[in-house]
Amino acid sequence: MSKGRFGIHGGQYIPETLMNAVIELEDAYNHYKDDPDFNRELTELFNEYAGRPSRLYYARRMTEDLGGAKIYLKREDLNHTGSHKINNVLGQALLAKKMGKTRLIAETGAGQHGVATATAAALLGMSCVVFMGEEDTRRQALNVYRMRLLGAEVIPVTSGTATLKDAVSEAMREWTGRISDTHYCLGSVMGPHPFPTIVRDFQSVISREIKAQLMEREGRLPDAVIACVGGGSNAMGAFYHFIGDKSVRLIGCEAAGRGVDTAETAATIATGRLGIFHGMKSYFCQDRFGQIAPVYSISAGLDYPGIGPEHAWLHDTGRAEYVPVTDTEAVDAFEYLSRTEGIIPAIESAHALAYARKLAPSMEQDQIVVVNVSGRGDKDVAAIARYRGEDLYE
Amino acid sequence: MSNIKSAFAHGKAFISFVTCGDPDLDTTAALARTMAEAGADLIELGIPFSDPTAEGPVIQAANERALRGGVTADRIFEMVRQLRREVSVPLVFMTYANVVYGYGAERFISTCAEIGVDGLILPDVPFEEKEEFAPLCRKYGVELISLIAPTSAGRVEQIARAAEGFVYCVSSLGVTGVRSEITTDIGAMVRLVREANPDIPCAVGFGISTPEQAAEMAAVSDGAIVGSAIVRLVGQYGREAVPYVREYVKRMKDALGEDAPE
Repeated sequence: MSKGRFGIHGGQYIPETLMNAVIELEDAYNHYKDDPDFNRELTELFNEYAGRPSRLYYARRMTEDLGGAKIYLKREDLNHTGSHKINNVLGQALLAKKMGKTRLIAETGAGQHGVATATAAALLGMSCVVFMGEEDTRRQALNVYRMRLLGAEVIPVTSGTATLKDAVSEAMREWTGRISDTHYCLGSVMGPHPFPTIVRDFQSVISREIKAQLMEREGRLPDAVIACVGGGSNAMGAFYHFIGDKSVRLIGCEAAGRGVDTAETAATIATGRLGIFHGMKSYFCQDRFGQIAPVYSISAGLDYPGIGPEHAWLHDTGRAEYVPVTDTEAVDAFEYLSRTEGIIPAIESAHALAYARKLAPSMEQDQIVVVNVSGRGDKDVAAIARYRGEDLYE
Repeated sequence: MSNIKSAFAHGKAFISFVTCGDPDLDTTAALARTMAEAGADLIELGIPFSDPTAEGPVIQAANERALRGGVTADRIFEMVRQLRREVSVPLVFMTYANVVYGYGAERFISTCAEIGVDGLILPDVPFEEKEEFAPLCRKYGVELISLIAPTSAGRVEQIARAAEGFVYCVSSLGVTGVRSEITTDIGAMVRLVREANPDIPCAVGFGISTPEQAAEMAAVSDGAIVGSAIVRLVGQYGREAVPYVREYVKRMKDALGEDAPE
């Protein structure tokens, strides 16, 4: 079996043109990941620039309202640029800079990864091009302007379904054409090896902090960690340091869109099957001829037909559970957290909060649930208003 | 000699590509017949994929047109089964890993053998991952074609030694599509392949559209592969594309003939 496998998943299913680029990336990563200077620089960026460690907040009103397990929120929404995406981007941008690259390219769905990449490029003096599905540039117009403000070029992608998967395809095509000065700053725990490992490692700061913060507050491990999953980077980051702690339930919340029994869904574990796409073997929503399905979710960041290979493996082994959450449930949770705790979560993160609302009441009061609030919801306000029938445009 | 290698037995080979089902399968069959008559030595039949990550805009659009028309692998297999009765040139499928994997790799590859398809090109399956499909290809006698690229430094030898059928030399960085000039030292790439494996023919593709480019590429290799330029004619003329493609293939084949060293 080739490199970068999680069980049968993962691998490097990419054009020959890119093989030496991913080999070069893997070599550089293996060199720098244990380099004290690199890690000192990255930690400084995390702490001084991104605002880490992010808070682990006890959601008292939500806990009291639901009447079950204690609920803690990991506040990745408080990071600079408003989501967990900055963790991975600072790591990759610093690595790319060490490799002598001067240009970053990225795909983006909701725009959070694009904004984070544009930010890191500005900070490190690199040029930046972001590919974004045309449909998403409309759904997330504010983030498009934000990226341009940061000096990035945003290229709307019109091929296919004009959403996240097409942005990934277009970024891959761009990288195939221009490798020597360009690093593809992939935004999730997906794609060809070594990306799923690199992105997971940079995001694993989330579970490292949760563990230490909860140990300090409660002197124990949580009973469950809940995160939303598209490609799955915030979930992988929130799960990683708990994988060996078998008492901790790891729960990934997939975007069910209008429901897993409809065609308008993006719930890969619930409705997909094994396939090979975007550089990896994993689960994908597809038809019986292997054509990738045009998936749907209200959340542009979860609107992806696949899932990272390590999640696929955690599913196979039963170590993590994956549950579908519909648009309706996510929007309800979006409004619920806003009113109950005064925190407007990203619509992506609202999928995890929706499942916490179901799970917590069924648990004992001395149990603990941690929900990863992967991003803030400012970007979603106009879309939620439209969902509720208000004619609000940004 | 394998059927694919026989394509290279009479001077420089001209390899032409067409996307199956663009705009419909009757047209594809007519195009394949006409390309064989006009002198194509090997025909690549593209099976459309929803997300063809190695293709430029021209072939992407052809994939979308074909899928919109409702073409499936099963219907393509039926078309090729009929076509095989009239066309004797080697035929290879070009598609993406998930089209084979999603159909069921053994069912897909055994069907290729049964209907007379000689080889398979999967641009998203590099040397490191070829064992995903190579054992089944060997079992059913379908040759899995290897690709090398201008960025393959240090990799050409291992790829060439394990290669079957022919080596597909990608002329330049980037995706498929017409290019005004090709700056890669193709001759050097081909020499590396021949040093590692003197028996394997090398054909050059990506970016070739003019007779001059084809002649130039074939002069330093064993043949030229043309895709986007043909697909563009099909996109332009649709069901009426046959005479235009015949004329084009003839011109390209003639250009190779002039430069053939034999």
